[in-house]
Amino acid sequence: MNRFLDTFFAPQVFARYLPEVLAAIWTTLWLGVVVIVAGIAIGLMLACLRAARKWWLTLPIVIFADMLRALPPLVLILLIYFGLPALGITLSGPLVLILVLTAVLAAFAEEIFWAGLTALPRGQWEAGRATGLGFVQVLIFIALPQAVRMGIPSLVNRSLAITKMTALGSVIGVKEILAVSSSAQAVSGSATPLTLAAIAYLVIFLPAVVLARWLERRFTWKV
Amino acid sequence: MTPMLEIAALEKRFGDTTVLRNIDLKVRRGELVFVIGPSGSGKSTMLRCCNRLEEPTSGSIFIAGRNIMNALSKDLNSLRLQTGMVFQGFHLYPHMSVVRNVMLAQVKALKRGEAEAKARAMDMLDRVGLAHKAEAMPTELSGGQQQRVAIARALALDPKVMLFDEPTSALDPELVGSVLKVMKDLKAQGMTMLVVSHEMGFAREAADRVVFMDGGVVVEQGPPEAIFGNPQHERTRAFLSRVSSHA
Amino acid sequence: MPGIIEMFFNLDIMRQSLPLLLGGLWMTLKLCAVVIGLGLVGGLFLSLAATSPRRWLRWPAMAVIDLMRALPPLVLLIFIYSGLPFAGVEMPAFAAVAIAFLLNNSAYYAEVYRAGLQSLPRGQWEAARATGLSMPQTLRHVIIPQAVRNVLPDLLSNTVEVVKLTSLASVVSLAELLYQANMARSVTYNSSPLVLAAAIYLVLLWPMVRLVSRYQRKLSI
Repeated sequence: MNRFLDTFFAPQVFARYLPEVLAAIWTTLWLGVVVIVAGIAIGLMLACLRAARKWWLTLPIVIFADMLRALPPLVLILLIYFGLPALGITLSGPLVLILVLTAVLAAFAEEIFWAGLTALPRGQWEAGRATGLGFVQVLIFIALPQAVRMGIPSLVNRSLAITKMTALGSVIGVKEILAVSSSAQAVSGSATPLTLAAIAYLVIFLPAVVLARWLERRFTWKV
Repeated sequence: MTPMLEIAALEKRFGDTTVLRNIDLKVRRGELVFVIGPSGSGKSTMLRCCNRLEEPTSGSIFIAGRNIMNALSKDLNSLRLQTGMVFQGFHLYPHMSVVRNVMLAQVKALKRGEAEAKARAMDMLDRVGLAHKAEAMPTELSGGQQQRVAIARALALDPKVMLFDEPTSALDPELVGSVLKVMKDLKAQGMTMLVVSHEMGFAREAADRVVFMDGGVVVEQGPPEAIFGNPQHERTRAFLSRVSSHA
Repeated sequence: MPGIIEMFFNLDIMRQSLPLLLGGLWMTLKLCAVVIGLGLVGGLFLSLAATSPRRWLRWPAMAVIDLMRALPPLVLLIFIYSGLPFAGVEMPAFAAVAIAFLLNNSAYYAEVYRAGLQSLPRGQWEAARATGLSMPQTLRHVIIPQAVRNVLPDLLSNTVEVVKLTSLASVVSLAELLYQANMARSVTYNSSPLVLAAAIYLVLLWPMVRLVSRYQRKLSI
């Protein structure tokens, strides 16, 4: 038991690396917030464009959404981070991470919003149009609010899953929680920094998981 | 005097099937015209052509003398303000309170101010007997109450004609009366109304004229006592005997 | 500056690296078989525990599920692969990857099943028990078939996620598809192997993604 504690909870290692991991938590947090805000905003925009039902808008949106849902994000991260410099374009690790994760979340969010929009009874559109509202007005005031509400549980779960992928940044040198604690583990020769990382992730994401569960219950019971 | 609503030589085809054939119908100001007929006879489609929710294949529709088929699609929205439509399925917006439901198009399509729209909405809700439910959500209302809110939502836009598409078909029998009463009040206040419905008793009592449609054409029309008491066509007789045996 | 075609769509390099990548694909498929197969079963048991009326079953199950939903799978993998050896527990990369992703995915599958189980009206249980079926019989013949049918799109969508997830095994040098592709990239100084790997993932997963979308739309109507 002592050996176990020494390996995973060595107090002096804990204290030594806590400040670095705390700084890394901050990095993980702001990366996550940027990805969630940008990803959902872009996904919403794409779903609105798709609602216009013009094939030359639908086709590229569907291809984008399908590809980003089918490709492992790590493939894209490596491709952009290691591939683009050959074309003279060098992007920083955090930027690559943000670009890829935002695009992935946008793809999923678009599908979620679109599923909500298509699930809306046709009568909602007709009632809006019959009272003289235009397409954009019906979309904004009647269709989207309901589609968003329907999509909230899936959206929260998906945002959570994708925000957790900020850990992939460790592969391309982003100083987020996993990267910092991995290198601390190598330097200190102790597993304690990894415990620290696990705790840090739980501190950030457990409340989110609980929130997701609460939202799910609330929104599925109501409808 | 020009009729408030005039349908002339209206045709509607879906692909190869013709659902409306050469329909001519006039509704005078303040008149309540009742359309009956078996399901699939095209009566709802005809009604939905009157605000171009359904695009006619050919023909004209005049509202207060103006042919709405000439309107460009960008003018369609202001044109639809002249007709109020009530649907079988109510179609209230479930994410907004009752009063917001009645205000939305006033503010966004008619460009009324919030305060004016709200006052108007409360007036209309009062007219349908639901002013006390203004802040309720649609899901908290019974079907009959929801339909009365839908009527208020249409009335608030000061339409020239009200179109009713089977307004009571989705309601439990005991809730039908409250909706019919609102419609009767409307008629008494001089509203022009075109009603597609199976409520024969209401037709007999309140309609100025009854139109019988079958197979996409108007078979016959006349005052209710004539249509119900002495129908001229075999198809009308067959339909009425079928309906009354069910009732 | 070399052109896009040469650096990303170089057919010669793709041809040369193809055998390497196919070897990686084989490893990816083996990993998928283990994680999906065991995950579907493990998730089912976890979900039954999580919906059980018995508290001593339900609470630990929920705790495991929430823990796994909160922890990034890569963190779990690194912990098992690099952390456990400090405690004298050493295992080959394949085992570490399989265990990490199995833990992660059982939780996700369990969440899907749970939604399916909870979507069933109580009457189904009562009707089955009233006709004399035992609890396991009720589960096997009445509850589980319906629950699975109700959440088939979500099960499928989660399976897509598992296949994508296996690419993280490259981080611990397990020679699966992405690892091999990245290896080929660093040897040839050319990104075409990565593009080829992406194409292989697309061939594998695009049909499933389409299916998920179609399913979801059908259900919502």
